[in-house]
Amino acid sequence: MITLHWLYVLAGAMFAGFAILSAADRSNGKRWGNAAFWGLMALSLLAGDLIGDLGNGLLVLGLAALAGFGLVGRGNPPTTSIEERDAWSAKLGNRLFLPALIIPVTALFGTLLYTYTPLGASGLFEAKRETYILLGLGVLLALLTIFVWLRPPLLTPLQEGRRLIDSIGWAAVLPQMLAALGVLFAAAGVGDIIGGLTRAVIPEGSIFLTAAVFGVGMALFTMIMGNAFAAFPVMAAAVGVPLLIQDYGGDPAVIGAVGMLAGFCGTLMTPMAANFNLVPAALLELKDQYGVIKAQVATALPLLVFNILIISVAAFR
Amino acid sequence: MNYWPLLGILLVVAGFALRLNPMLVVTAAALATGLLAGLDPLAVIATFGKAFNDNRIIAIVWIVLPVIGMLERFGLQQRAAAVIRSMQRATTGKLLLLYLGYRQITAAIGLHSTAGHAQTVRPLVAPMALAAAEKEHGELDEKTAERVKAMAAATDNVGVFFGEDIFFAIGSIVLIQATLATYGIDLAPLQLAVWAIPTAILAFLVHGARLLLLDRRLRKPRR
Repeated sequence: MITLHWLYVLAGAMFAGFAILSAADRSNGKRWGNAAFWGLMALSLLAGDLIGDLGNGLLVLGLAALAGFGLVGRGNPPTTSIEERDAWSAKLGNRLFLPALIIPVTALFGTLLYTYTPLGASGLFEAKRETYILLGLGVLLALLTIFVWLRPPLLTPLQEGRRLIDSIGWAAVLPQMLAALGVLFAAAGVGDIIGGLTRAVIPEGSIFLTAAVFGVGMALFTMIMGNAFAAFPVMAAAVGVPLLIQDYGGDPAVIGAVGMLAGFCGTLMTPMAANFNLVPAALLELKDQYGVIKAQVATALPLLVFNILIISVAAFR
Repeated sequence: MNYWPLLGILLVVAGFALRLNPMLVVTAAALATGLLAGLDPLAVIATFGKAFNDNRIIAIVWIVLPVIGMLERFGLQQRAAAVIRSMQRATTGKLLLLYLGYRQITAAIGLHSTAGHAQTVRPLVAPMALAAAEKEHGELDEKTAERVKAMAAATDNVGVFFGEDIFFAIGSIVLIQATLATYGIDLAPLQLAVWAIPTAILAFLVHGARLLLLDRRLRKPRR
């Protein structure tokens, strides 16, 4: 059976390649910092299950120190100039889209095919991880296609991948750090404390105000934690279940589903949701790292109001 | 009740407000929160490390970068822009509106990881949106170009967030169901998923309207 572990090995090997090429890149003044940073990521992916919890903890501290003290910079991998790219684009024409589409098409149709045909019963892929595994397969197919068609130098995928990962930098690792922070918050009982405090400030008797506190609380706590998944158990325990469902008799399906969506409105407005907001800003080379968040606020706020209205109307119909 | 762990949250907020390096802020907040809750220092580091390792799936998506980088080398972004320039009626807003719909629909059938910022926005959607804007507006100043790129990224987020919960086998639906079950409230995933539909429709209307407004702003003659 093909499991997620195969993908960890593939990704780990890629990061190891980034680390080695970074070390060899004399044009980058911080080449050893880059090599160490991507090397630690490779170690995490290849051997994370072998080095123990404390070993992983020290690895994370190493990543944070390298990034936090400015030891990670940007390399200058060999690539083509704008003029060369214009020339290639004119020469190859729209056929250039075909390899680009291999990844999404493999993931999309592969998942559909695997899920809705007897293939799914074959147990070829780890359950619930099919799309990820097919994504990896799509990457390999696309690489093969490009090599056969355009015959670039052998190291091209690693050099071009390094060019992009260097433009993202430490932000590529932040989402994983935030997920770990959420686990520590839970272990320290932060959720229970917030829940208690929220209940203390809610005015009694008003369904609308209670729904508003629930929705706004979901959004705010999501903004702090960077993740609506971390906020939901807290706000459900504090307000959703005891007040909206048990005291006022609201429909739990509406309160649960729409409450989570109110949290997603918070995700759109916080740098803590790094993979949705900071990473694309880096990927698109925006000057303002909060540019994506600013573009989202005017969509998020009306949706938050709408979600609160749905809860206070549809849950008590 | 021990309120000291709340200082961890304060650290996060203050760190981001002061624009300190987020990697340091998050690490300091994690360590402080664990220590203030009375955990042993080594146990805090081990808990943090275990959680990091448990979440390695987040790092998987970067395997698309070598392919995207190679295609960029051969002019993919230039090609995407050329296609848009050849379409008479393509505008930034209409193009992003189409992507919003695509993203919501594929997410709603469980295919949220088939597109994304690294896979589709950087190589295709953003260059196409820029090319369409240039066609309407002429050469873009930096502020306008940033605005168009930021809207391309925002459209991806809005589409996936307010599409995926219609799919009943997604993590957030499972989490809602599991959380409510601990209070003796048993719901089928489908009961929850249908309540994601009203917000999905409104998200399309609100964000879609903003995209068309962006078109209107781009069309204004420059002075």
